[in-house]
Amino acid sequence: MVVNSVHWFRKGLRLHDNPALQEALNGAETVRCVYILDPWFAGSANVGVNRWRFLLESLEDLDTSLRKLNSRLFVVRGQPTDVFPRLFKEWNVTRLTFEYDSEPYGKERDAAIIKMAQEYGVETAVRNTHTLYNPDRIIEMNNHSPPLTFKRFQAIVNRLELPRKPLPTISQEQMARCQTKISENHDERYGVPSLEELGFKTHGDSSHVWKGGETEALERLNKHLDRKAWVANFERPRITAQSLFASPTGLSPYLRFGCLSCRVFYYNLWELYMKLRRSSSPPLSLFGQLLWREFFYTAGTNNPNFDHMEGNPICVQIPWDHNPEALAKWAEGRTGFPWIDAIMTQLRQEGWIHHLARHAVACFLTRGDLWISWESGMKVFEELLLDADWSVNAGSWMWLSCSAFFQQFFHCYCPVGFGRRTDPSGDYIRRYIPKLKDYPNRYIFEPWNAPESVQKAANCIVGVDYPKPMINHAENSRLNIERMKQVYQQLSHYRGLSE
Amino acid sequence: MSNTQNSSLRPSRMKRRLSRDGEDSPSSCEGPTDSCKRVRQPTVDSGDLPPDWACLPQEILLHIFQFLPLLDRAFASQVCRGWNEAFHMPELWRCFEFELNQPASSYLKATHPDLIKQIIKRHSNHLQYVSFKVDSSTESAEAACDILSQLVNCSLKTLGLISTARPSFMELPKSHFISALTVVFVNSKSLSSLKIDDTPVDDPSLKVLVANNSDTLKLLKMSSCPHVSPAGILCVADQCHGLRELALNYHLLSDELLLALSSEKHVHLEHLRIDVVSENPGQQFHTIKKSSWDAMVRHSPKFNLVMYFFLYEDEFGPFFRDEIPVTHLYFGRSVSKEVLGRVGMNCPRLVELVVCANGLRPLDEELIRIAERCQHLSAIGLGECEVSCSAFVEFVKMCGRRLSQLSIMEEVLIPDHKYSLDEIHWEVSKHLGRVWFPDMMPTW
Repeated sequence: MVVNSVHWFRKGLRLHDNPALQEALNGAETVRCVYILDPWFAGSANVGVNRWRFLLESLEDLDTSLRKLNSRLFVVRGQPTDVFPRLFKEWNVTRLTFEYDSEPYGKERDAAIIKMAQEYGVETAVRNTHTLYNPDRIIEMNNHSPPLTFKRFQAIVNRLELPRKPLPTISQEQMARCQTKISENHDERYGVPSLEELGFKTHGDSSHVWKGGETEALERLNKHLDRKAWVANFERPRITAQSLFASPTGLSPYLRFGCLSCRVFYYNLWELYMKLRRSSSPPLSLFGQLLWREFFYTAGTNNPNFDHMEGNPICVQIPWDHNPEALAKWAEGRTGFPWIDAIMTQLRQEGWIHHLARHAVACFLTRGDLWISWESGMKVFEELLLDADWSVNAGSWMWLSCSAFFQQFFHCYCPVGFGRRTDPSGDYIRRYIPKLKDYPNRYIFEPWNAPESVQKAANCIVGVDYPKPMINHAENSRLNIERMKQVYQQLSHYRGLSE
Repeated sequence: MSNTQNSSLRPSRMKRRLSRDGEDSPSSCEGPTDSCKRVRQPTVDSGDLPPDWACLPQEILLHIFQFLPLLDRAFASQVCRGWNEAFHMPELWRCFEFELNQPASSYLKATHPDLIKQIIKRHSNHLQYVSFKVDSSTESAEAACDILSQLVNCSLKTLGLISTARPSFMELPKSHFISALTVVFVNSKSLSSLKIDDTPVDDPSLKVLVANNSDTLKLLKMSSCPHVSPAGILCVADQCHGLRELALNYHLLSDELLLALSSEKHVHLEHLRIDVVSENPGQQFHTIKKSSWDAMVRHSPKFNLVMYFFLYEDEFGPFFRDEIPVTHLYFGRSVSKEVLGRVGMNCPRLVELVVCANGLRPLDEELIRIAERCQHLSAIGLGECEVSCSAFVEFVKMCGRRLSQLSIMEEVLIPDHKYSLDEIHWEVSKHLGRVWFPDMMPTW
């Protein structure tokens, strides 16, 4: 029987460690790798230009890699439910493969596609490689419910078998056995779209910081490991002002899109640790970043309301304020607090901010100062943040707003003090809010307190050239602590501080 | 599932059938399920009719209705006249919480305007424990005042005005608010508990409160009421000798106030909450004499003194210079090492300490001193601070099992030659006598 395979890329945009793709190649006559994209949808989706650019670059990278293997990427315009029937017929598809998506929406969509494939006589093969572990297994081991504290999660993971070892990348030999007929007009029909085609006006500014794609991801991984080896230190790094700027070894967006396999990252860290420490096995804390990702994926996999407050069984119902004007100021970096505004500016310009910066702006928007719902913040991050996917974004926002996961709400980040302690030099502010660059360090985090002479000398008058602070932090944090207490004291499980 | 399980105390009643004219008076300590069981199991007398829900006596209905949320109760009241009457029994209208929200400013539902009208018409003289939850819109605060103004037949025991978001009461014209509030003060005459934080209440209205309710007032919460002066609150302390709980801002605190609260005529104070909030940087705060605090402790040896500080680091000058009987201390912003050192020296009654932020120098010495001198400390929370692992273990060892709440952000603990992060939680758990981990934040 002739096997014609289609591998459907969604996340997992890579050729290394891709068992589903391997399965597509297995004994197949032809293999076509597709990515389905609806350009009409691009404008209305809550996705900013940086995320689109990253995705398109990742697709270009896949296409380039596939070219070297005498194949191409097929970017098909449309929606999966419309596209697949057409492709099944046109290409006589007998096998469809893709990487497992554990998110509720993904599971629903995939169930429908699998059913449809069956109707067309197409066998499907799904492999779980976007996460280290199978979320259902973790849930099963926790008495059939997802762990809701990180410590509990770690305890369960400790008892699990190690993640599967990653597979090598697709080889020439493997591909040579399958052929893909590439038509003359492939670029026209199935080429990777440009940002312009999706409706974005790019003013030729390609000085962007995060370049998408598997090639870039693997290079960064090497640099990341080199740096760790050089530092020879696996402890949590102390945050410095430098940490706030985009790192050439940062990996989170690549993990999100699957340009880098999380297992490859995991085992590379493992090997490096063993080599340098010559010890028996690494502590769980070595994989901190990866495990947080797993934690949120597991917490969200069976909860379609994970990204809402209402109807979400794990989310505390908090009487957030509804204030579009205040939300806009926060989202656009016009709060009048340079630390917050610089972070939101970096986020909008580049698509990535350090995790402590995320804590600062999330706290400011929700329980710290503005008392606006975490769902609003989550949507802004969804649009702008390269590594924000559904589970991790929603979970982090609930965590940071003390809406779930049994958080202590006493800890409030000060929009002036926290910034000053993190970056005493003020360079971060100066880079992202150039208007304030001539302010002395003493006042750059709170320009409204600078005497008029200083403001004039810096050529930036508060209230004219830069906004006044939109709230009084002391007053608001006092109020908000009271609000949180009111909510929490009505919860039976509350055992906390702040009487 | 036999009824006889419950019958040991009241054997003869369990089998008694409910008669049509409802003469039975059920025990008030039965739960609703017990009553239902009784109805469902008719006795073996022959010729008895099956139980008729319509015959359920009012008292039982009342009891059941008390367990129902308001909406369900309202639906039940539509079933028949009898149930409708039960719905309107005064006992069901003693407590009410008015929720006033506008769709434009809140996601929450609001109490239906028709229901509000009904309550004012039929039940205002039944109301005793009332609260208003308002969102950040002025309309909601106005609506609250509107209702308050109509509560002329009310004799309230408790009143709470609660802003769930921004304090919208502050945006009302002051006179409008005061006149509404005064209606309650004048008509109630037996107010025991009053929560009016973040409102434009002023000295004259406090005088009215005192003139009518001085014998009964036990609790007064008025943090962040900028129109009240120290003299205004002093009047309350002087006249309301039953006052047990008081919450206010630091600028209202005075030596005279503390002495008034410790006068012989005054009951023991149980709870004093003080918010110290900085309006402008470099603000000067007055000091309270040690002798005033001493008088308080002598008079009310068990009272809780809860202090919340929202100050800039350099505004702590007047504080913690002398011994102060604070029990719960909360630093909402950054507080310096030096001030924490003074806290260790001068707060022997300290039970709970929360430090949101300090800085980048380890607090080792300060924590050890607190462990030494604050023998009652049972809860501590540390945010953006630094403590070396060794000093932290020492601290926990000294406090031992009295630490029931230990909430430390993971970033606070600095590993040293003795302990790494992975080791420290074992050490600490050992000394605490229970499993302990630091608080974590996602590093994604």
